[in-house]
Amino acid sequence: MNWKKLLLRNETALIIAIILLSITIGVKSPEFFTLSTLFDIFRSSFVQLLFALGVLVVIISGGIDVSFPIVGIFAGYTAVVIMQKFDLNQNSLMIPIVLAIVIGIVLGGLNSIAIASFGIPTLIATLGTAGIFRGIMLTFIGSSFISDIPVGLDNFATADLLQIQPENGTLARLHVLIIPIAIITILVSLLLSRTMFGRSVYALGGGVEATRRLGISVKRTQAKIYMLVGALSGLAGILYVSLQRKANPYDLAGSELDIIAAVVLGGASIMGGYGTVFGTVLGVILISLIKNNLILLGVSGSWQRAAVGALLLIGITVQAISETRKAKNRRVSTNDEAA
Amino acid sequence: MSTLVTAEYGVENIVKSFGGAKALAGVSLSVKSGQVHCIAGENGSGKSTLIKIMSGVHAPDTGLIRLGEKSFNALSPREAVREGVQVIFQDFSLLPNLTVAENIALPTYISNNSRFLSKRESKEIARTALDLIGVDIDINSPVADISIASKQLIAIARATNLGVKMLFMDEPTTALTRKEIKRLFEVVEQIKARGVATVFVSHKIDEIQEICNTITILRNGEVVADGLMKDYKRDAISEAMTGLNISETRIAPPLKKSTTKVIEVKNLTTKPTFSNVSFSIAPGEILGITGLLGSGRTELAEAIFGQYPVDSGEINVEGKSIPLNSSSAAIKAGIGYVPPDRLTQGLFLEQSILRNLVAVGIDQYQGRGGRLAKSRLNEAGEKWIKDLRIKTKNPQNPVTSLSGGNQQRVVLAKWLAMNPHLMILNGPTVGVDIGSKREILEIIRDRAQEGMAFLVVSDDIPELIQICHRVMVIKNGQVSKEFNESELDENVLYKELS
Repeated sequence: MNWKKLLLRNETALIIAIILLSITIGVKSPEFFTLSTLFDIFRSSFVQLLFALGVLVVIISGGIDVSFPIVGIFAGYTAVVIMQKFDLNQNSLMIPIVLAIVIGIVLGGLNSIAIASFGIPTLIATLGTAGIFRGIMLTFIGSSFISDIPVGLDNFATADLLQIQPENGTLARLHVLIIPIAIITILVSLLLSRTMFGRSVYALGGGVEATRRLGISVKRTQAKIYMLVGALSGLAGILYVSLQRKANPYDLAGSELDIIAAVVLGGASIMGGYGTVFGTVLGVILISLIKNNLILLGVSGSWQRAAVGALLLIGITVQAISETRKAKNRRVSTNDEAA
Repeated sequence: MSTLVTAEYGVENIVKSFGGAKALAGVSLSVKSGQVHCIAGENGSGKSTLIKIMSGVHAPDTGLIRLGEKSFNALSPREAVREGVQVIFQDFSLLPNLTVAENIALPTYISNNSRFLSKRESKEIARTALDLIGVDIDINSPVADISIASKQLIAIARATNLGVKMLFMDEPTTALTRKEIKRLFEVVEQIKARGVATVFVSHKIDEIQEICNTITILRNGEVVADGLMKDYKRDAISEAMTGLNISETRIAPPLKKSTTKVIEVKNLTTKPTFSNVSFSIAPGEILGITGLLGSGRTELAEAIFGQYPVDSGEINVEGKSIPLNSSSAAIKAGIGYVPPDRLTQGLFLEQSILRNLVAVGIDQYQGRGGRLAKSRLNEAGEKWIKDLRIKTKNPQNPVTSLSGGNQQRVVLAKWLAMNPHLMILNGPTVGVDIGSKREILEIIRDRAQEGMAFLVVSDDIPELIQICHRVMVIKNGQVSKEFNESELDENVLYKELS
């Protein structure tokens, strides 16, 4: 790949944006440039990234899922309720995680049925199921805030991989989740690039009819996609509960804006067919930077949502502009061929 | 080739009905390996049904499918692929977001039931497949960035890679220029030499005469002619297809002398696409523009309509200068444009035929308070359906329910409804059968006689000679030569083109 191409890549633009934003914040408040800030950005990105990886897969396939935050909190909250009701081993970390993932897969499976079997457009299907899931959770599972979550989950909130105490500074803590999250990120990347399922996801985003003619089962691929999103959301939900050290059924609702913005800024095409894991990681970091540190620039908290919304629109506009420019370049190049 | 065993592929007495209507009424067809066979027929003659039966999309009511030694009552799509039947559809069914390599290699992985794939291996598969048909295309490039001609070659490579024995190509030359068609034919010769039975489905008589050994002509679901290509003359083929005696003689109306000009284009320039293009068209005159793909002919047409950016120049309509780069100014000045890709650019596909017919001049039907007078809309729509002989049972049906030729007529009507002074037609008969083509050309002739000026952009030389008063050849964005009525000759024009 030559330099010009590298510069034009979405990932490059994101890295530049992240660097510029960091410098701007750092100039205004020098305490930004500490290990502690860096580790905090990581910590606040873990849950976001898990959600974003699921959303990435859906968006590449040409669909959209807006039910994932509800699926996440449903799975996390329900897992805690089950742990307490049935008095399972409170020290275990794996039991609630597995429970949440299974719940996530079941809810994702319901999305799959709506989308793959009934052919409901993905936005409408997941908007509908999100409402249903939320109603079921608040009516049948619980609507109260749980502050005494199981010990295993609670302890995990402070499970640090390493702690660094700089001279005259705040203690920098790197959470142990950095390792499993990195592994999952790499696995999703491999899933998308090296497996037939992953390539089918891209194919689907490129054209449904052409995919069908290739002999790929569109329905089966869609079903798998929404179950995968469910699994990732379930895991994200239980980790959220653990890191927050409380289970609040009203949490996470509304966070779809941040996640979808991160994925789109990361270069995934809202029309489907394009998107990379690396871009998504950068998108999540950028959004996390904005959400957590804009306040250091003197931007009030209430503007953060507006900033993220604006970024989402900018991301989509940039996609549209580069698409038209590409189309024009193509024309010019066919002219060159003839000449 | 002596090493290849000759096998026969085809169907015997296939009958297929859809809800009482017989699409195929006992059709038999046989193609030997290493031959190029042509299936010709108008829209609705049963060509596509036959392809769908061979590729496993439809099961026949009765009849047999014979593939070499084996025979089947019906095929499933997977069986068809396994037995070596492949179809290259007009849209090629390629995925624009994936690379050339993946587009070629994916079906191989699918038929192997693989779970994983490697980039390196797919590149190898793709390279081998392209080498096999002697084509050199950058396999790392996304298909979206590749020319239509190359997409076709990729589709062929993909098919041959799956061990194709019988390859159907549906209207393969529609979007290609002369030069690209030649390249395609070279590739077809390659796969022919490797023992593939190739079936061309096409309307274009001079092309099928060039490449095909044998021919089957369908009309209304029956075989009306069958045999060696060399036994059929041009006129005999079109007569068999339509059941009518359609000649391809000139039908351009005599041009009345006129001192006024409908449009004058002076030194129109957009670097590097075209430069210093000047011409004028008189009332009732039909001017043809032709050139190879990439010569700038399409861009020129779009530029006059304000859809392609212009750097400098002047356009006068009816003696008055109009602003450049504005299609609304062009429409206002009385210029109409029918794009080449009627399906994506010219029509609201899901909307009714009626609504499409009245879409352009919609302001004319505006009543008080901006409401549309429904009765007047309907009236106007009905009038056009009658005038243009559009075949439909119900004007409220969506446009997608019409055949290609009829769709093109709807687009034409849409614009004619505005009564433009100048009508720009870009590829007016692309993908249209002979019968409909003739009718479209007749519509152009009739309107020209009434004084409408036409600019026809096309790479169909016989068609231009049939209908135009003058033909301009564009090369590298410049007018390389202009031919007036007495100079119009197929061979001379082809020579000027290449």
